[in-house]
Amino acid sequence: MRKLALPLGVLLVMVWCLLPIAWIVSLSFKSQEAVSNGTDPGFLPLDSFTGWENYQTVWEDEQFRRSIINSIGISLIATILSVALATLAAYAIARLEFRGKRFVLSTALAIAMFPVVSLVSPLFDLWRQFGLYDTWPGLIIPYMSFTLPLAIWTLSAFFREIPWEMEQAAQVDGATSWQAFRKVIVPLAAPGVFTAAILTFFFAWNDFVFGITLTSTEAARPIPAALSFFVGPDPFQRPAGLLAAAAVIATIPIVIIVLLFQRKIVAGLTSGAVKG
Amino acid sequence: MAAISMKNIVKKYGDGFPAVNDVSIDVADGEFIILVGPSGCGKSTLLRMIVGLEDITSGEMRIGDRVVNDLAPRDRNLAMVFQNYALYPHLTVYENIAFPLRLAGEKDDEVDRKVRDASATLELDEHLDRKPGNLSGGQRQRVAMGRAIVRDADAFLFDEPLSNLDAKLRGQMRTEIARLQRRLGITTVYVTHDQTEAMTLGDRVAVLKRGVLQQLATPRELYTQPNNLFVAGFIGSPPMNFLPATVEGDQVSLPFGKVRIPQAKAERVQGRGLLIAGVRPEHFEDADVVGKPGDGSTFRAKVDVVEWLGNESYAYIPFEAPPEVQAQLDQLERDLDGEAMRTQLVVSLDGASRIREGDEAELWIETDQMHLFDPETGENLTLDRKVEDNEQATLEHTATDG
Repeated sequence: MRKLALPLGVLLVMVWCLLPIAWIVSLSFKSQEAVSNGTDPGFLPLDSFTGWENYQTVWEDEQFRRSIINSIGISLIATILSVALATLAAYAIARLEFRGKRFVLSTALAIAMFPVVSLVSPLFDLWRQFGLYDTWPGLIIPYMSFTLPLAIWTLSAFFREIPWEMEQAAQVDGATSWQAFRKVIVPLAAPGVFTAAILTFFFAWNDFVFGITLTSTEAARPIPAALSFFVGPDPFQRPAGLLAAAAVIATIPIVIIVLLFQRKIVAGLTSGAVKG
Repeated sequence: MAAISMKNIVKKYGDGFPAVNDVSIDVADGEFIILVGPSGCGKSTLLRMIVGLEDITSGEMRIGDRVVNDLAPRDRNLAMVFQNYALYPHLTVYENIAFPLRLAGEKDDEVDRKVRDASATLELDEHLDRKPGNLSGGQRQRVAMGRAIVRDADAFLFDEPLSNLDAKLRGQMRTEIARLQRRLGITTVYVTHDQTEAMTLGDRVAVLKRGVLQQLATPRELYTQPNNLFVAGFIGSPPMNFLPATVEGDQVSLPFGKVRIPQAKAERVQGRGLLIAGVRPEHFEDADVVGKPGDGSTFRAKVDVVEWLGNESYAYIPFEAPPEVQAQLDQLERDLDGEAMRTQLVVSLDGASRIREGDEAELWIETDQMHLFDPETGENLTLDRKVEDNEQATLEHTATDG
């Protein structure tokens, strides 16, 4: 009985988490009419199976392809900038004693807690003034400001875990502060850096509110916003099958990124640095 | 290789507390110096000032002929072994040892030669491709030493390198460090709180208490001629016995009766009232097994507890001390990180002794080994300067030899 409990529990959680995704995948293979009229209510697309047709239609849509490029570009740039800045900031917070350190940390947390919706309309006006409206930087900047606090908190926790002696040993061995940081501290904090990177990337990739308010054309519109503008051949019918196919395509980059980063997040990399 | 000279070194922290106070030590080229003392005595701080990880508040630090007060650690050309080894966990053993060479920008074949030399010396050859996380404590310790010896550093600094090892390994590594230092003939400063390490490794030992240098001397001199109560109590295990004593003529009154001390000693302490007498446990003996009773005095006392260890046994004899002596002894216990216990005499007896618990035993005391301390200042009033001078002469002799 005991032996069965664990696999059963795991199965339950898996079904709970994956059912919506499985459903979306199933929808994406059904024909438009079948979804709208409910002629094929089962999970498996039986007589309404359309093969890759929905995917093809979505992929041929110029706007959708643009939005994928926008999303990847904006999310990657926001992630890289945010993580680079957060690494430096977190290192300073973990290692240096300076006035206002607690203030910096608590302000950062306060910013992260700010509701996104309340910032959207002022940003809309501001970005129109600055000419940032409907541009990549117009989205990258808010993404960074919302993900930096989280990244700083995650990373400073990681840096604090690294014993001071590591840098001191490096300095005695002849390293400058920068060399000690680059050759010893950053490699040791790599799991933290990748964790922060994944969190940041998720936030940017999944954002809808900024994406729909601060863009107006395919010049900068990211996938979540583009999906909401998605219109099939018949304007009076929501193209559910196409939307499902687009949603599946939108999850693929996330899956790839997680798989890539996951290999880098090796817990316990610091074990063996010091005794204990 | 270079001499290290510390002149009136002071370290004050933000709250004005002097962690190291006016310490002057000259470490000769090639000498092995131990900094020892109870926790919080400033020994690690002093070491970290030598290597440059702590700022020097005042005083002058010289390595070779350079004043290094304001030099960064990497410009001092010293090698240090940290208490927790501080190995780089993301690098292999090979790269850990090569790290200082790579920073110095040495050529690959040169790096390889030096790393293999070091690893052969430390018997790390079969571990070169492993990561520190997979090594045992002793192996990590050797890697840390490898990283130190691979460079042509001016001096080695050790910060309690053996305190994380188990007792057996500690003994082996201690011998290993001694052998390595003799072979390389490199100036070494070694911090420890373990007096066995201090006594066995050092050419000279510096005893520190609350940031102040108490005595800098050879291990033998520390043991036989301690400057003050603190050094006397710190060096030796079981520790030296401290008894209230008053001197009249050449008669010393101890809690157990009167004993006679050599005339030369007695003269120095005439008319000073209540003193503290210090006698090491091994300078007592069961009067029945002493071969030469003529050299000392005997007294009778009731033995409370006997611990028989085979080759010797320890007998414990409680006594009452007057309050002023008691206060000084309690303070001493606190300085030594101990707890104020009941005052008792610890006597080391020959294994052949038949004294049992509860016996009223006749004990012999080697009175020419007795020290008398001022109860106020803790100063040793009966220092034999002549012995000290001899020790100094021997030391200088060996220093020039080496």
